Amino acid sequence: MYKNFINLLNNTRKGPSHHYFVLKRNIILIMLSITIIPLATMIVISHFQYRAHLKSQTTAPLLSMAHKAAHSFELFMEQRLSTIRFISTAYSFEELSKEQRIREILIFLKKEFSGFVDLGLINSKGDLISYAGPYSLLGKNYSSQTFFQETQIKNKYVSNVFLGYRKFPHIVIAVQRLTDDGQTWILRATLDTEFFDLLISSMGFDTQSDVFLINGDGIFQTESLRYGRTLEKCPFKMPHDKFKSNIVESTDENNRDIIVVSAGVSIADYILVIVQPQSVALQSWHALKTELFFVFAVSLVIIVFAILWMTKMLVKRVRVSDRKRKNALIELQHTQKLSSIGRLAAGIAHEINNPLAIINEKAGLMKDLVELSTELSNKQKFEKLTESIVKSVGRCKKITHRLLGFSKRIDIKIETININEIIHEVLGFLERDAIYRRIDLRLKLLDSLESILSDYGLIQQALLNLLTNAFAAVEDGGIITIVSENYEDAGVLIRISDNGCGIPENIIKNIFDPFFSTKKERGTGLGLSITYGIVRKLGGQITVDSVEGEGTVFTVTLPAKADSNMEAKI
Amino acid sequence: MNNKNIKILLIDDEGEFVSTLAERLELRGYAAKTSEDGESGISMIESEAFDIVILDLMMPGLSGLETLRQIKIINSKLPVILLTGHGSTKEGMEGMRLGAFDYLMKPLDISELINKISLALNL
Repeated sequence: MYKNFINLLNNTRKGPSHHYFVLKRNIILIMLSITIIPLATMIVISHFQYRAHLKSQTTAPLLSMAHKAAHSFELFMEQRLSTIRFISTAYSFEELSKEQRIREILIFLKKEFSGFVDLGLINSKGDLISYAGPYSLLGKNYSSQTFFQETQIKNKYVSNVFLGYRKFPHIVIAVQRLTDDGQTWILRATLDTEFFDLLISSMGFDTQSDVFLINGDGIFQTESLRYGRTLEKCPFKMPHDKFKSNIVESTDENNRDIIVVSAGVSIADYILVIVQPQSVALQSWHALKTELFFVFAVSLVIIVFAILWMTKMLVKRVRVSDRKRKNALIELQHTQKLSSIGRLAAGIAHEINNPLAIINEKAGLMKDLVELSTELSNKQKFEKLTESIVKSVGRCKKITHRLLGFSKRIDIKIETININEIIHEVLGFLERDAIYRRIDLRLKLLDSLESILSDYGLIQQALLNLLTNAFAAVEDGGIITIVSENYEDAGVLIRISDNGCGIPENIIKNIFDPFFSTKKERGTGLGLSITYGIVRKLGGQITVDSVEGEGTVFTVTLPAKADSNMEAKI
Repeated sequence: MNNKNIKILLIDDEGEFVSTLAERLELRGYAAKTSEDGESGISMIESEAFDIVILDLMMPGLSGLETLRQIKIINSKLPVILLTGHGSTKEGMEGMRLGAFDYLMKPLDISELINKISLALNL
């Protein structure tokens, strides 16, 4: 009767431990996913959020620094240009044409302003009229050169860097002077670019940042710390619109992540560039990243350990309770088996006892008649024979009485019991079966149910039998209703109804008979007869009401107090 | 034998058993009559006077205990000896409570039965 259930517990196909392995695995997977997924999502989100925030926070000052630096250059150039513009205004063409004069002015400039290398006066045709400086350029014509043409158009000119005197990088600045009498001439000066580097270093950038000037073609105008020397080609592509400031994220040739910030210098064809490694710009982000990772790793370890430990304990408990339940079932099964045997034995003994009594009397009568007769031949032999029959009957009597005695070994133990409690306990045995078969168990148990004095184990067995039958009767997904209520003045009523196959009318009167079974090999035919025996023994009543195809209702009533003097006779 | 005057009624559903037992008792000088169910036994008691009744507890129809109860209603002084096929003494005890004189277990020992009859009738 419970074999299916026990097999279910054991899960015999793959061994009992497989079931727990699956349980354990599923719990671990579910718990890991519900803890780690949100945690990881949180960390990833905050990681990127913070990065985006930090980037906007760090790039803004970089950009303003680039603007300031570019502006410093503009101011510097503008100052040098104003200086020579002032000279061109203060002195007339004739005065400047004098060698002596222009040399004096250069000496003065060198003394007052750093960077001036030479100074030259060029007339409107491009001829160098006078010159002070280290070269001997007198007589040279500049009319075909860019600087000459550009100065004539724009009145001023700042050149790109070139290698000039002693192979030092230089730039040329020039201004055009337009006199009142319509004359034009150009004052041209060469500056060495040492002051560029001085200017950059005076801006106070950190050592990780690389700050330099390039021209519109991407040629270094100053020294770069990492990416090339003056007049070499800059490895970064700069935006075409040089007057706009720009931020680009890139990687350099050493595969370092860098931020390139550029700002145009309006006075000349220069772009100021600041290159900062991302590691510097996003240093605090990296710190946070490390912290986040650390927190995540520690949490992960704690979570995994906690889950593993909890699952282990949980599955262990489940295993223990399963084992307990299984043992209880086996015990119950054993008790039932024992009582079945007892009942069988009692049935046989009782049936044999009657013919035995007849044999006994017949033999006794024979003995009496033989004793009374006087002239019977072989009288003594007949006496012996009948005596022997009577003796044998005596032996049989002992055996049948012993067998009848066996069925009464299980004594009733009367105690105060709550029927609802037993119903819940019995359902505990069957709930897994109910879950697997999607059986709808409807409990309508009276909360204020009276306690009764009766035998716990026997009622448990009786209810288990009835419920097992109900389970066998219903299809998967069927409905079993269990009702408990107070019965009349004293005692309780338990009603177990199912919407199963029902019991045919022609056999309903036999269902409580021992060995009557419709389950063929699967049933012993003792379940209901034992139940009947138990209920009767405890002083109760059991009735059945069934409609074939619609369902069955078993109603059990139990008195408030079972008669403890009654002997068990399952 | 002065047992001739003693009238015994045997009530048991096993006809073979009860007739043989009656014959044996008659051999011992008793006047024995038989009945195979409770109802006819009771009507015999109502119509005739018996000195003692031997009653089987396990009977179809009217049960032994119920028959005993009715006998006691008709004649509470009529001694009844119960026969039980069970190994248990429970029903015997129940019978004693209802006023039976004693109970014996089947198969019977005839001398024990005679002994009980004598005791019941104070012979």
